[in-house]
Amino acid sequence: MKKLLFACALFCILITLGIVLVLLSEAVLFFEEVPLLDFITGTIWAPMFEPKSFGVLPLVCGTFLITCGAAIIGLPSGLGVGLFLNDFAPNWLRSIIKPVLEILAGIPTVVYGYFALTVVTPLLQRMSPSVEVFNAASAAMVVGVMVLPMVASLCDDAIRAVPRSIKEAGYALGATKCEVALQVTVPSALSGIVASFILAISRAFGETMAVTLAAGSTPKLTLNPFESVQTLTAYIAQVSTGDTPQGSLEYKSIFAVGMLLLVVTLFFNMLAYYLVKRFRTVTE
Amino acid sequence: MASMDDMPKSMSKSVTLKTGTANLGDSHIEHKAISRAIWRPRPKRRWLAGRIFFLLTLLSTLIGLISLIFLLESILGQGWDRVSWEFVSSFPSRIASRAGIKAALVGSLYLTGLVALIAIPLGVGAAVYLEEFAADTRLRRMIDVNIANLAGVPSIVYGMLGLMVFVRICAFGHSLLAGACTMSLLILPVIIVTAREALKTVPMGVRLAALGLGATRWQAVRAHVLPTAMPGILTGVILSLSRAVGETAPLLMIGALSYMAFVPESPMDDFTVLPIQIFNWSARPQDEFRVAAAAGIIVLLGVLLTVNACAIFARMRFQRKMQW
Repeated sequence: MKKLLFACALFCILITLGIVLVLLSEAVLFFEEVPLLDFITGTIWAPMFEPKSFGVLPLVCGTFLITCGAAIIGLPSGLGVGLFLNDFAPNWLRSIIKPVLEILAGIPTVVYGYFALTVVTPLLQRMSPSVEVFNAASAAMVVGVMVLPMVASLCDDAIRAVPRSIKEAGYALGATKCEVALQVTVPSALSGIVASFILAISRAFGETMAVTLAAGSTPKLTLNPFESVQTLTAYIAQVSTGDTPQGSLEYKSIFAVGMLLLVVTLFFNMLAYYLVKRFRTVTE
Repeated sequence: MASMDDMPKSMSKSVTLKTGTANLGDSHIEHKAISRAIWRPRPKRRWLAGRIFFLLTLLSTLIGLISLIFLLESILGQGWDRVSWEFVSSFPSRIASRAGIKAALVGSLYLTGLVALIAIPLGVGAAVYLEEFAADTRLRRMIDVNIANLAGVPSIVYGMLGLMVFVRICAFGHSLLAGACTMSLLILPVIIVTAREALKTVPMGVRLAALGLGATRWQAVRAHVLPTAMPGILTGVILSLSRAVGETAPLLMIGALSYMAFVPESPMDDFTVLPIQIFNWSARPQDEFRVAAAAGIIVLLGVLLTVNACAIFARMRFQRKMQW
């Protein structure tokens, strides 16, 4: 029995190995035809047209634009919710806000995409007619709302873990609630808070459906959030829904893009993992 | 209450208040700084700062609440009239007003069932091994880090894995089985993490009592630890299954169809699921299809809410039974 259970646990390592092997094996074939340097530094992404060009920077730029937008919206408000839950919300309010956040976290991403496309974009267009039908801003906003519950609940945990005694010490010295929160609680919970931020960024980075629906599919090197862009994930989704023959250069290119995606998210996740570990050892 | 001495160094370092500090130094400059803080407490300004801080945190909480209300309101407003028995029981169609979600709904339910069959034994098994049997070795720590990482891998990457391994190498084709296997891999880390949390809450005494009466480790786990942890495990499992119901990207990768005029009957049949159908309809420019998408979303959210309500109900029943 123990061996069977051990096999289950080992299976996880197998999944990781599988992901890396699958991505590597196809990406290597891709890089035989397109030099790695051209891929990383090229500024034109045109896999469908002649002459084909595989410079990944426009996709990275689109991803960056949306991740930044989502971070600007989701991170501060997530932290704000965490602080509000701990410092101001009475118990009855807490018992309303928590389930609401859970519902928000449980809404499928394709629903957020629909919301961005049919509600947020028309709103933006009413404010300024120059906004395109597909635009990065609406995608960034819904991804921001999407990561908010995650940031909020992780920040809440981190802030709750701060020992009561040091907060009380702050109050005893005559500090106000705001001063204790910003100068005692937040610094003590910092590694947990930062970890939640990193996880949220990593999630926004790998988000697919909302971005595919709302941000469009025009790989473009732009920082204007009201234009249509394409992200790394949206490109993969686009190729996989089209009828691309297996073995073509386009088909292989999604594995190279996937590899890039995996490396970046892996980096973020490892960072967050070690920060959380540190924060556990500090507070326990 | 812990005294100041108990505190780790790194934490007490951060406890320096700008308004009045406990550390009364001898140096003249420091003394001056302290007296400034004491004698000019600026109560109005600090009160104002407190108010602003409160309003900011309140505002950020409202962002979450308002977006949820706004989202639900706009989707209900767009799609509520379209939800009918006819919508649920007819197949998709080129004509928007006749399109329905029968194939997608059946596909979603079928897929979720298969995912449960594959992922629950694997996930709970791995969690039991890691919590109950594994010694704190290098291998175990490696698995720990590995699971934390897997939980953060973007879902579309799982789709690529599924495409290569299940669709091509195992030659399942674009079938329900391939979809279910891919989805199982995706939710496996979530199940493991939540099941481990549940196992951690079981008091050590339960295990020791069983072992003390001569049970083997496995007997103790099967007869005592697992039943005690069951409510927690069940909730985690159901929540991760509801994630599988809503997930789209990996199935898009492995080639779930967007137009299906029949109901899948065996695991090797082609299939489609609700989120894919919604995605397909939302991506079309015609308003009629968008309305159908909104109606599909209402059904999807309805299914998810029911599933989650079941989780809560099951947990309550189990907890009542477990009172001893």
